[in-house]
Amino acid sequence: MALTDEIQTLTKAFTGLGVDERSLVTILGKWKPEERQSFRKGNPNFFKEDERHFERCHEDYVKRLEQEFMRFKKAIVLWTMHPWERDARMAKKAIKKGPEAYAVLVEIACSRSSEELLGARRAYHSLFEHSIEEDTSRYIKGSERKLLVALVSAYRYEGSKVEEDHAKSEAKALANAIKNSDKKKLLEDDEVVRILATRSKPHIQAVYKQYKQISDKNLDEDLEVALILKETVQCLCSPEKYYTKVLDEALKNGTNQKIRKALTRVIVTQADADMKNIREEFQTKYGVALSKKIEDTACGSYKDFLVNLVARGN
Amino acid sequence: MATLITPPHFSAVEDAEALRNAFKGWGTDEKAIVRILGHRNAVQRKQIREAYDQLFQEDLVKRLESDLSGHFERAVYRWILDPADRDAVLANVALRKSEYDFNVLIELSCVLSPEEFLAVKRAYQFRYKHSLEEDVASHNPGDLRKLLVALVGVYRYNGEEINATLANSEADILHEAIKKKDFNSDEVIRILSTRSKAQLNATFNRYREEHKLSITKDLLGASAVSEFQKALHATVRCINDPHKYYAKLLRDGIKRIGTDEDTLTRVIVTRAEKDLKDIKEVYYKKNSVSLDDAVSKEISGDYKALLLALIGKQD
Repeated sequence: MALTDEIQTLTKAFTGLGVDERSLVTILGKWKPEERQSFRKGNPNFFKEDERHFERCHEDYVKRLEQEFMRFKKAIVLWTMHPWERDARMAKKAIKKGPEAYAVLVEIACSRSSEELLGARRAYHSLFEHSIEEDTSRYIKGSERKLLVALVSAYRYEGSKVEEDHAKSEAKALANAIKNSDKKKLLEDDEVVRILATRSKPHIQAVYKQYKQISDKNLDEDLEVALILKETVQCLCSPEKYYTKVLDEALKNGTNQKIRKALTRVIVTQADADMKNIREEFQTKYGVALSKKIEDTACGSYKDFLVNLVARGN
Repeated sequence: MATLITPPHFSAVEDAEALRNAFKGWGTDEKAIVRILGHRNAVQRKQIREAYDQLFQEDLVKRLESDLSGHFERAVYRWILDPADRDAVLANVALRKSEYDFNVLIELSCVLSPEEFLAVKRAYQFRYKHSLEEDVASHNPGDLRKLLVALVGVYRYNGEEINATLANSEADILHEAIKKKDFNSDEVIRILSTRSKAQLNATFNRYREEHKLSITKDLLGASAVSEFQKALHATVRCINDPHKYYAKLLRDGIKRIGTDEDTLTRVIVTRAEKDLKDIKEVYYKKNSVSLDDAVSKEISGDYKALLLALIGKQD
């Protein structure tokens, strides 16, 4: 390869999600000092000319590099962990992080099965010597608290039996709450929280259908004024749609690091769960295979690992 | 300690046959039922049910339900079920009462270990095709529901670790709330319904050290007490001193004989294999009469015979 091509490859190796280890090894491994200097001079995004006559790293070049190298390691560690420990650790981080991470709590509480959530709560006891409900109710102070405490405490009935008249009356109750949401905030409404946090998933899906019949609208969209409620309903009723959207956001160009983290999280936690449905939904919604999108956006071992996980569930 | 007395030798088949004989002919030999079932533990009772089913192709529980009646039947039915299943039934019964019996739910959340409570919730789902949380949440709106839903949903950490600083600050929070009569504040409910029992007991101790009065006395206060206050009081009692709690419940239950045998049955049936002995000691200390004597005096018949057997009265 010509030097200019090599510089381009190396730049790409540092720009995607993860790092392209092979290129790093083959190119950097053989470059002499002058070639490395050309790389530094030719990359004003990463290096700037210092007044004392050397090409100096931008601060966040180093930081970003660390994050990109870590992506593979984090994915592996997360993947090899017991799913209960994984969920417990993610929950703890989310509680500490605050509102931007509450969706993670919703994912864990609503898209796992009752026994999986219970397992996560057990692991939480072992790891942190507190129950997840203690920490959720203690550290979360905003209007989402009531809902989140209720969601993490749930032990939903897992059978398929649904009482249609209850579903109908609860759909009506939700419709009323939504209509009056300017007077009484949805997150403060005990009935809304009760229905979403205690009812079984088949029941909530029945409520969703009844709501459509009553109001000709989609329940999750109508709850958008409190985004976390929308996410809750989506995770309970159609997790593959929710996860597809999150993945699409994470794979867009130029998104920030926080949103990109979701890529590892979703793929690792869903690889043995809903991956087949997520793949199909992604293809349907965006017209491109999830694995192809990952191939285009990520690189190196990180990319290979993710593509491997995505191919599961056949 | 348990009060149940079981014989040194046990044969499920013999017991099943003896019970079968008790049902034969006109009328039922209730004494035989008390003599056998009243002296078998949970594992043995389960084996007897299985043996009976195998030998006679009949569900022993259904047979008992149809052949017996009244308080005796209710007591036998509760006694013969598996402990987790029994508690699930008791919870459901309490929910369907028109005068909401919150004590049962509080006991499940605060006296049982977290794993035992979990087993009850599973049994409840299996029996009623609903989760306990759903059913508690959809009954009786209002402040009491907020507390009970929180108590029923919890899966407490069951370690012994205590954080003394936390105990201090949460004792203060509780004290403030009680002083202002702000009983159903989110903080009170949060503390009582999420902290581990060890942590809560440390908090209650701290409360008494700081404020000279125990939290239980403070909760009841001088003026008329709301249902919510009573529920909080029961919650604290169950966590702090369940033996005292049950002894009081028995005393109240015995006073209400003629109108409420359910409480008496419930306490004896659910604690006979656990700590009824300790409860009896507290009972005697508080009332200067033994539980055996109190029960003998107030109730009669086969119902009395069964309860006395469970209490550990030697024939």
